[in-house]
Amino acid sequence: MSLLEITGLNMEIHGTPVLRDVSLCIEAGQIVGIIGESGSGKSMTAFSVMQLLPEGGQARGTVRLSGHDMLALPEEALCKLRGNEVGMVFQEPMTALNPIQQIGAQVAETILIHESVSRSEAFTRAREALNRCELPEDKFPMSRYPHELSGGQRQRVVIAMAIALQPKLLIADEPTTALDVTTQAEVLRLLKRLTAEDGMGLMLITHDLAVVADMADHIVIMRAGEVVESGPCPALFDRMQHPYSRALLAASDHQPDRQEHVLKEPLLSLQNVVRDYALPRSKLFAKQGYFRAVNGVSFNVRRGENLGLVGESGCGKSTLTRAILGLEQVQGGSITLDGEAVFSGKQPNRAVRRKMQVVFQDPYGSFNPRWTVRRLVCEPFHLLDTPPQGDAREAALSQALESVGLATEDADKYIHEFSGGQRQRIAIARALIIKPELIILDEAVSALDVSIRAQILDLLADLGARFGLTYLFISHDLSVVRNVCDRCLVMQAGEIVERGLTADIFERPQHEYTKQLIAAVPQLPGKAE
Amino acid sequence: MPVLRFVLKRLASLVLSLAVASVVIFLFVEVVPGDPAAYMLGMNAQEDTLNALREELGLNGSLMQRYLSWVAGMLQGDFGTSYTYRTPVSEMIGERMWISLPLAIYALTLSTAIAFPAGIWAASKRGSVADVSVMGLTQLGVAIPNFWFAMLMVLVFAINLRWFSAGGFAGWDAGFLPAMKSLTLPAVALALPQASILARVMRSSLLDTLGEDYIRTARAKGLSRRQALWRHALRNALIPVLTIIGLQFSFLMAGAIIIENVFFLPGLGRMVFQSISARDLIVVESVVMLLVFAVILVNFLVDIAYAMVDPRLRVRA
Amino acid sequence: MNRSLVIGAALSAVFVVAALVSFVWVPYDVTALDIPNKLQKPGFQHLFGTDHFGRDIFSMIMVGARTSIAVAVVAVGIGMLIGVPLGLAAAARKGSLMDEFIMRGNDLVFAFPSLLIAIMITAVFGASAVNAIIAIGVFNIPVFARLVRGAALSLWTRDYVLAARVSGKGAARISFEHILPNVTNLLIVQGTIQFSLGILAEAGLSYVGLGAQPPTPSWGRMLAESQTMFSFAPHLAIFPGLAILFTVLGLNLMGDGLRDVLDPRLRRAQR
Repeated sequence: MSLLEITGLNMEIHGTPVLRDVSLCIEAGQIVGIIGESGSGKSMTAFSVMQLLPEGGQARGTVRLSGHDMLALPEEALCKLRGNEVGMVFQEPMTALNPIQQIGAQVAETILIHESVSRSEAFTRAREALNRCELPEDKFPMSRYPHELSGGQRQRVVIAMAIALQPKLLIADEPTTALDVTTQAEVLRLLKRLTAEDGMGLMLITHDLAVVADMADHIVIMRAGEVVESGPCPALFDRMQHPYSRALLAASDHQPDRQEHVLKEPLLSLQNVVRDYALPRSKLFAKQGYFRAVNGVSFNVRRGENLGLVGESGCGKSTLTRAILGLEQVQGGSITLDGEAVFSGKQPNRAVRRKMQVVFQDPYGSFNPRWTVRRLVCEPFHLLDTPPQGDAREAALSQALESVGLATEDADKYIHEFSGGQRQRIAIARALIIKPELIILDEAVSALDVSIRAQILDLLADLGARFGLTYLFISHDLSVVRNVCDRCLVMQAGEIVERGLTADIFERPQHEYTKQLIAAVPQLPGKAE
Repeated sequence: MPVLRFVLKRLASLVLSLAVASVVIFLFVEVVPGDPAAYMLGMNAQEDTLNALREELGLNGSLMQRYLSWVAGMLQGDFGTSYTYRTPVSEMIGERMWISLPLAIYALTLSTAIAFPAGIWAASKRGSVADVSVMGLTQLGVAIPNFWFAMLMVLVFAINLRWFSAGGFAGWDAGFLPAMKSLTLPAVALALPQASILARVMRSSLLDTLGEDYIRTARAKGLSRRQALWRHALRNALIPVLTIIGLQFSFLMAGAIIIENVFFLPGLGRMVFQSISARDLIVVESVVMLLVFAVILVNFLVDIAYAMVDPRLRVRA
Repeated sequence: MNRSLVIGAALSAVFVVAALVSFVWVPYDVTALDIPNKLQKPGFQHLFGTDHFGRDIFSMIMVGARTSIAVAVVAVGIGMLIGVPLGLAAAARKGSLMDEFIMRGNDLVFAFPSLLIAIMITAVFGASAVNAIIAIGVFNIPVFARLVRGAALSLWTRDYVLAARVSGKGAARISFEHILPNVTNLLIVQGTIQFSLGILAEAGLSYVGLGAQPPTPSWGRMLAESQTMFSFAPHLAIFPGLAILFTVLGLNLMGDGLRDVLDPRLRRAQR
């Protein structure tokens, strides 16, 4: 008998089906990866096992966890199993912990709730669980509050809570999606080690094929509430049957076609750029402290080039983006576009700003929800001294919309009528409308599902060729940069630590940090060699 | 010591608010046309008696001098002398405070004692008959004017049932229970509308926190819904509730001024109205200053309570 | 359709209509005394009875609605007109001296409940309906300023604001084009709530003689006048009180309903 047996699981929320006939098995000591894009039902499968369904959720079928029929058990019995037989780790470590309780108490609670032990014994065991999750006592005493820890550290606390009683099954729902690559690699290694040490089963849910390819024994691919394919890993990668699985695999590693027209002359040029932030004063009369977010950064972006700027969160790349766009003044060095300073005097230079536009990460927050697409896309016209009116304006609008694959009629719709991928197309249309030379893509494809991401990357390559655009790709995602950029820069703690042709950097990284980053990126099989 | 620094910082802003508030109140009363001394002595007063009275009332000297002597006086507990009664204002306030302050505390206690269980109960049984009826009742409680509610209670409990007297205060000399009994109807009238607001805030704040990720984490640990609510949601939900309690204190005091009129309680409120009709501005000024001080002090205490509940605030300060 | 919105809007509409109709028609003249008919019980002649001067209570409630609504509308208007720009400005320059100044000013005003303001104004200038308006209006300013600042601060972190800045737009323009339209829902909901609080506050102020003065009819003063007689003529107190209760209830229900209907999170879920 398997540790976890799901057979014919159906689920609906307020009558809308979200899972259809899902079946899968997890053995003790086995790692099973569940992969799917948003809306595939992978998280709902996990919540069905825990029987923590969203409001209005109804599950039918059978879910057997070490012999218990989870769908038939009363709530009290389920409470005894949760945390004891099955633990769970969630996607968002920043909000998964109670902000006003010390971490020790939160881990100890798992033990106190299930076993009648003394408080001091529970805290001793909580300490052991934290130690096992690589949070040593000298640096992470149990009296820490969640806000004193980083995202990765908080995720370790959540894992410590889940494994404190050594459950038979651990469910991890996108446990590393919100984390940086190097932290992701550490957390995945930790999960793998804990699984091996305790002989647990691990259900690892993710949207990223490469994450599971590295560590899963078995893979289940889901789409729109159904299991489309499953099989042992890595063998499954060689003989995928279902067209969706194959498309997913292809999209994960998509390389858009691109003819290069890179010219020698620099379009954007940064010289020794320094950006300081004033720190809040610790004492009333203390000397004003500064945090140097960008420290002496110099580089050129050549006309027609795709340049990648890679770094983890907090490395200063967002600050640098704002400085390039002329939104903030720099404290040292110069930023010039086509030979003209982005910031002249105390004022941003409008003539320069016309030549660049930006596409942001979040397809939902990038648009004023109360504006029509027409008004949204035309907003950059504000930069022109004489913006086109009437027919000329409409013509420019249609051209921008059509070039990103949308229809002119879409101009009168509101943004909520579009999907995430379509919104990103609208963002690109907005960037194109004043015919800029440089487009900064600030994590522009990071929030998209892999299949949509592949389409957007193709679109960008096509537009780049048609309009002679130069792209600056700013991303934490090394695989995207690897597939689309000619050259790339690696940024760490406000400085560029390595630069060069993309192929060179990925094959022969020089700097220690670059080596770490590249090693941390999960690999699809057949790509590692 | 971050907690100490937080308290000191808040204390500094408390002093600053008080200083600004006192200037505002002082200037406001200063713009009054006419001379209180002339008003008190009548039309035919002699210039030298007028001057003597002005001196006695502290009305001579520049604006700055008068303000400083007013503030210095208050710091020593001297609020000046009432124009009409010719007795020290501090004595008048001291007497009446023993009605108004117990009334406000009584009402706040009642309101919290009703609102917390009602709000928690409604939130834990969301959508049930209990929730709907608690919400319906509080909707009525929020809409009812408290002085009208007080009048209805007098009609029912004093005039018809004769359980309570219709007004007046038994006095603390008569013993604790009789005194509290004469404050009961006023306190209920003050508390019920506030309890309704507080219960609604408690419920919605609790429902918000029950939707947080860490509640899901707690449930995944094996806590029942009840346990998750009591151990994790409640303390987090208290933060907005504390704000409302702080704000309510000022409404309670303002409300008390009106309610004292319904029940003929000789508290600060009645004194203010008598002073307004007698144009006894120094009394009005002092009472307003005192009430503003109370509001600012309560908000200071609420800020400190925040920091006790939420460790993140202690650091940020 | 949202149930509380419909009930609330209907209840509020009754009183608004009563106030409007009172300008052209009331069953009885509320300024004329009719001593022989004083203290009539409610009946066919006088739906809600008559007061100690023989005036028709139903007519007085209709005219009183005018006072209540006018005071509350103007007070909310003052709060919005001053509070909203202050909140927008504070959010646009977060952490600046101006922001600090506006927020500390708000805290200061919050320390003066509207009753205290009314007491101060009355002590100095004498009682009038204008007092009530100023007192309630001043207290509304920080309510709206805080609400708008809080909401605007989170809107300022949105990418569409960044996009507008990339398009060269300044803080004032962004506040007006991007921030304001996205806080209107909040303003409508809070406006309804402040409106109902304004009606309660006006009633309280009139009750203690700090609001509208005779002969302007007002619900609060009707209650104050009834107090000495309501042991033998309770209808004098019941009907004006019910008028206040139902108006405030209607506005609150409408506010709740609007919140549900206008909440973008709920709306997205429906689509």
